Amino acid sequence: MLKIVICVKQVPDTTEVRIDPETNTLIREGVPAIVNPFDAHATQAAQHLKAKYGAHLTVLSMGPPQAVEAIKKCVSMGADRGILLSDRAFAGADTWATSYALTAGLRRIADEQGMDLVLCGKQAIDGDTAQVGPGIARRLGWPQITYAIGIPDVDVEAGTITVERRLEDGVEVVKARLPAVVTVVEEINELEYASLPEMIRAARYEPEVWTSDDLDVEEQFLGLNGSPTTVSEIFPPPQPEAGEIIAGGRDDSAAAVQELVDKLIQRVEAGTAEK
Amino acid sequence: MRKAKRKLQIIAGQCIVCGLCEGECPFDAIHMEGDVAVIDYELCTGCGKCIKVCPTDCLYFEGEEEAEEAAEPEVAEEVAPELEAGLAEYQGVWIYIEQSGGQVHPVSWELLGKGRELADALGCELAAMVLGEDVDDVAVATGYYGADKAYVIDDPLLAHYRTHPFAEGCLKLVREYRPEIVLIGATTLGRDLAGAIATDLHTGLTADCTGLVIDEQARLLRQTRPAFGGNIMATILCKEHRPQMSTVRPRVMEALAPDETRQVAIVRETLEVSEEDIGVAVEEFRPDADLDKPNLQYAEIICAGGRGLGSPRGFELMKELADALGGVMGASRATVDAGWISHDYQVGQTGLTVRPRLYIAAGISGAIQHRVGMQTADTIVAINSDPEANIFQIADFGIVGDLYEVVPELIKQAKAGNLKEKLLGDGGT
Repeated sequence: MLKIVICVKQVPDTTEVRIDPETNTLIREGVPAIVNPFDAHATQAAQHLKAKYGAHLTVLSMGPPQAVEAIKKCVSMGADRGILLSDRAFAGADTWATSYALTAGLRRIADEQGMDLVLCGKQAIDGDTAQVGPGIARRLGWPQITYAIGIPDVDVEAGTITVERRLEDGVEVVKARLPAVVTVVEEINELEYASLPEMIRAARYEPEVWTSDDLDVEEQFLGLNGSPTTVSEIFPPPQPEAGEIIAGGRDDSAAAVQELVDKLIQRVEAGTAEK
Repeated sequence: MRKAKRKLQIIAGQCIVCGLCEGECPFDAIHMEGDVAVIDYELCTGCGKCIKVCPTDCLYFEGEEEAEEAAEPEVAEEVAPELEAGLAEYQGVWIYIEQSGGQVHPVSWELLGKGRELADALGCELAAMVLGEDVDDVAVATGYYGADKAYVIDDPLLAHYRTHPFAEGCLKLVREYRPEIVLIGATTLGRDLAGAIATDLHTGLTADCTGLVIDEQARLLRQTRPAFGGNIMATILCKEHRPQMSTVRPRVMEALAPDETRQVAIVRETLEVSEEDIGVAVEEFRPDADLDKPNLQYAEIICAGGRGLGSPRGFELMKELADALGGVMGASRATVDAGWISHDYQVGQTGLTVRPRLYIAAGISGAIQHRVGMQTADTIVAINSDPEANIFQIADFGIVGDLYEVVPELIKQAKAGNLKEKLLGDGGT
């Protein structure tokens, strides 16, 4: 049977994050924690493969203890097993240290039960880096297939997977050797609602929690210490200068538009003169 | 109970729950709980390590001036960290040249423009990394756009992009010639490649940078990028690993005007990869059939619609305006999520970054996630019925009114006055 591991991240719903205009800081109060949407699509894709070919699905995440909620959510979407890597030593990890720890988790899973395919979301919405999937693929030494919009075929006997990739100017179809790492984009599927029995199973499910002691890792490569990048400064986005409001938009749109057109032409002429 | 020499305090509203203090604390005395870091005074010794790592300066000792505490890390940073002997061997700024069949992605020229500035600030060489099959013309052209040198690997295995052979080729070049900075376009290909290379090099990679500046004293690249969906900006450093790597989206930096008299020195290397190592075969490529698919990223004029259009039919009006002005349509995330228009048109954090000469935003409120994708447009025009809409804060010209009155009027006047010619006709560069 196909053994699939899905890597997921719990993230703040960034569409709900707002800046406090008084203090210029993030307002995180009341911002819900969700399963990173791309990872939810990866989980759904795994569930579809399970329905089509039969598969065992394991969800792996790294984060604070409350990230078990994200794993339970994935269990409600069809995952059979859930593991959270949670340890103070993992805190403050950048993408390099994150893929290091996750890969250690994946290796242990592979040793315990075998692993044919790793699915990840393209990127997480709080960091938008798209670096952890490729990081895992390189560390495992497996083919890396990013931006998947479809997995039309998995041939366990031949040991191959066919993936459709969304590129900027079209769709590329690749056939890769298994085991492989595939990262998915939203287009790959529509998220489905969990059934009631699945939700009950998920509510009762207790994810396993692994610390750094449970993994074959070197302390120096974990968390903040293992991260090549450091955040030197955080600041609010620059506030641009407000422009000019052209009067009369409500009462005399013809005149307002005329004024706008004149100003646009003036700008072009001024710009041309400068050159 | 342990007696702390100083009492640690936290400014709750300023904490972004990044977890850095939690990782740093030697006494397990800080934990992330919900939206704030919580201090366990039973365990805290008042050592102050957490204060040094806090990126938002939200931790301080009671009774000690906040300003003093905030100043402390800055002073520490001004002392240029001695580059370790190994790091100083890394010299030069490199740009990865993305090409397909000899066609270079414009982002590579843009990065050469930025790279020239960085190399001049550092007093070092600007080099292009060119991988592919039959790429001699590309290598020569990198000189026109500012490169002093081009490192070339020309091999039939590189005819089409696949991660493994391209990553191995780049790794070979970087390990042999040791650049201190490597910049790669944040395209689908560039992001696929950059993450792979940085992993093997054990170095830092900062995605989607919007600002790249050299700190000359410390000889460090200050990499600024939006985080949390564009709600905050973060400056990232890679102090102890080389090269310092960044990806940059198309249209963020500016290319130099090509100078065909500029020569580039070419250095050739070979690829040591065999087909069996790769494990991936490209079976088929289906170009997007939709010939109307917009080329938003490089459009000169964009007419974008938002939720204020009220219905998908609003885009018919925007299309008419775009046609009248010789531009293309754009859209806000809300309209894409509502299914009014395809994701191909989406401008913003989760869509495209654009830099047109003219951006017309109709019925777009101007959330930060949209603004980060279009705020570098030369001229921004906002049309919105809500005078308080954020979009007016960044617009050069705003009209408060019903877009269904203003836009048809604009179409009418644009056609009558031949505005298309006037805006695009002779102003071309």
